[in-house]
Amino acid sequence: MHSLWQGKAPIYEALQNYQSMRVVPFDVPGHKQGRGNPELVKFLGQQCLSVDVNSMKPLDNLVHPVSVIKEAEELAADAFGADHAFFMVNGTTAAVQAMIMSVCKQGEKIIMPRNVHRSAINALIISGAIPVYVNPGVNKQLGIPLGMSVDDVKHAIEENPDAKAIFVNNPTYYGICSDLKTITELAHSHNMYVLVDEAHGTHFYFGSDLPVNAMAVGADMSAVSMHKTGGSLTQSSFLLKSNRLGTGHVRQTINLTQTTSGSYLLLSSLDISRRNLALDGKNIFNKVSSLAHYARDEVNKIGGYYAFSKELINGDSVFDFDHTKLSVYTREIGLAGIEVYDILRDDYGIQIELGDIANILAIISVGDRELALERLVSSLSEIKRLYTKDKSGMLDHEYINPDVIMTPQQAFYSPQRSVELKESDGHICAEFVMSYPPGIPILAPGERITDEIIDYISYAKAKGCFLTGTEDMSVKSIKVLEE
Amino acid sequence: MELWYTEQHTDNVRFSIKVDKPLYTGQSEFQRIDVFHSKEFGTFFTLDGLMMVTEKDEFIYHDMIVHVPMATNLNTKNVLVIGAGDGGTVRELTRYNSIERIDMVEIDKMVVDVCREYLPQTACKLDDPRVKLYFEDGLKFVRSKENAYDLIIVDSTDPFGPGEGLFTKEFYGNCFKALKENGILVNQHESPYYAEYAQSMQRAHKRIKEFFPVCRVYQAHIPTYPSGHWLFGFASKVYDPVKDLNEQAWNSLGIKTKYYNTEIHKGCFALPSYVRELLVSEEK
Repeated sequence: MHSLWQGKAPIYEALQNYQSMRVVPFDVPGHKQGRGNPELVKFLGQQCLSVDVNSMKPLDNLVHPVSVIKEAEELAADAFGADHAFFMVNGTTAAVQAMIMSVCKQGEKIIMPRNVHRSAINALIISGAIPVYVNPGVNKQLGIPLGMSVDDVKHAIEENPDAKAIFVNNPTYYGICSDLKTITELAHSHNMYVLVDEAHGTHFYFGSDLPVNAMAVGADMSAVSMHKTGGSLTQSSFLLKSNRLGTGHVRQTINLTQTTSGSYLLLSSLDISRRNLALDGKNIFNKVSSLAHYARDEVNKIGGYYAFSKELINGDSVFDFDHTKLSVYTREIGLAGIEVYDILRDDYGIQIELGDIANILAIISVGDRELALERLVSSLSEIKRLYTKDKSGMLDHEYINPDVIMTPQQAFYSPQRSVELKESDGHICAEFVMSYPPGIPILAPGERITDEIIDYISYAKAKGCFLTGTEDMSVKSIKVLEE
Repeated sequence: MELWYTEQHTDNVRFSIKVDKPLYTGQSEFQRIDVFHSKEFGTFFTLDGLMMVTEKDEFIYHDMIVHVPMATNLNTKNVLVIGAGDGGTVRELTRYNSIERIDMVEIDKMVVDVCREYLPQTACKLDDPRVKLYFEDGLKFVRSKENAYDLIIVDSTDPFGPGEGLFTKEFYGNCFKALKENGILVNQHESPYYAEYAQSMQRAHKRIKEFFPVCRVYQAHIPTYPSGHWLFGFASKVYDPVKDLNEQAWNSLGIKTKYYNTEIHKGCFALPSYVRELLVSEEK
């Protein structure tokens, strides 16, 4: 199936070789294989520090790969079915930004759902591209944003025939997938690129019975967070590209913002994880699927909770569902997701991925075991027994359609002043406000602040959501445009 | 040739027994199982290299984990035993004719199979008609039970490994739910002496106290466990283990024991000062 031999791991092998040569380092990093920082060696381990090295001829250079990194990129491209794969060490954030900046210049339009990660809107601030938002729609019961419906995308294309690209979140944090194939065909027939934020979809490339992946439907680029479900180190990621875009052009765009000191810890973790998934991914994700199914069934048996899955599929805004995501609706027991999230961590020593105002999300991945899942299920059962409250008075979140007054870039660079959040109704926002995770902006620069939004932010804060984005660390005041 | 079994009690302390001959080695889904024969302690078995049971001193542990709660409430009819794959706890329980049902939940069937073959001294009563064996995660089993047992005995391994889930808040909470209104929970409570064990013991005590109005700790001397000084937790919804002890009634049953007696029962709740302090200060 794969044309190259996926058992190879060129960066990893080059590092092993480098170690065996016992090179005397008179280059950076200055810790010199750990000798200059014994405390760090004690904490992270000698092996780790000894391969925290700089780029050099035998180890290639991420900025301009010609040998082992080039070979590793080819293997990764082959494993993911892409024309080219770039190793990213500045996080998937950098991959998302490189995608957008590769196809959109200042003043050019990009069609995207509003529930994108902040990294996408950051890219708009840097590039000056103009967002055309598609309302993702909301599941009324669960309060979660859905995928983009094909009709809405069609409509956006008709109204903005000059748009350069369509940006798709696939899957969303909660596991919802759009009809990526149809959207891609539609975009290509209007000469637009398709960029996919597949931060949460690494496993789509390796497992069976999972939603379709971006490269398989012919999308032009995809940002894949290998570290999220694929097992590599935090901050390491792949940017995949198909053949409609030039490799050199994309690499130059990446190099605008990516570090010139690419970490070999991150690079080798990508290389080894790619090998692992290429060779054994099917088994690994079959196991992940069965763990997720089991946990979902057990959570639903407790009663009160709703661990949702493929029954949400409606052929359009929920075209498919990633069943490895364990998303659980908690509001029926009178607790906001963020409250359950906090109780799990503080009282039960269990850290899950996120809690919003109505749901929690646990990530199940390559590293999970049955006994640990049993603890999660048992704790949820106990939380229901001990903490169930009256659910009346809980905020029922609706998608708030943003009133976009100007581009994110224009707002970000305009004269600004600070006002109290509660008195900011009617102003144009100059910064982001979001809960983290998931990092999807409630407000982005250039959007009109409304009372509805202020109420939502206050409620999320009161329930314990971790709000970020504003200059004011306490999120009491907000920066708005001088008018 | 000399063959020694060595357990690392701390990074700096070792405990060794001269092995006469190795009898069995196997790897289950959960852990490595070894059985040895020794001149000093007879047959003994270990899990992941940690001492579980020896023929010579198992009576101390099994007497104390069973007879203390039983003598406190002689009306105990339904018992849940979690862990205890060697069968020693069940053996002691079957000596009470008043007990009607014993559910034993052991995650690792291989442990039971190996003990049946090599340790009949402890595994001898697993086929008693009142005993029902379940091979599954104790945390999962207890989650589905409500108001079902008079007594739950947690005879687990240490909280690092497959026994981890049996030292958690969710486990104790689910036990509380599974017990009847006068229920008792007894657990193997680790040792106060070496720091790592002491921390597990403090953490367990703190978590159990959150659920049970009566929460006491008692001790025994077990030569083959780290430091030899071992604790048990006694938690209950109603009964006080000392005030509610009915000495006459228990003694009239005529159960012959090698370690337990009603004087020990009253005395074992008296703890050394440093242990009392650890229990009060709990985990930091």
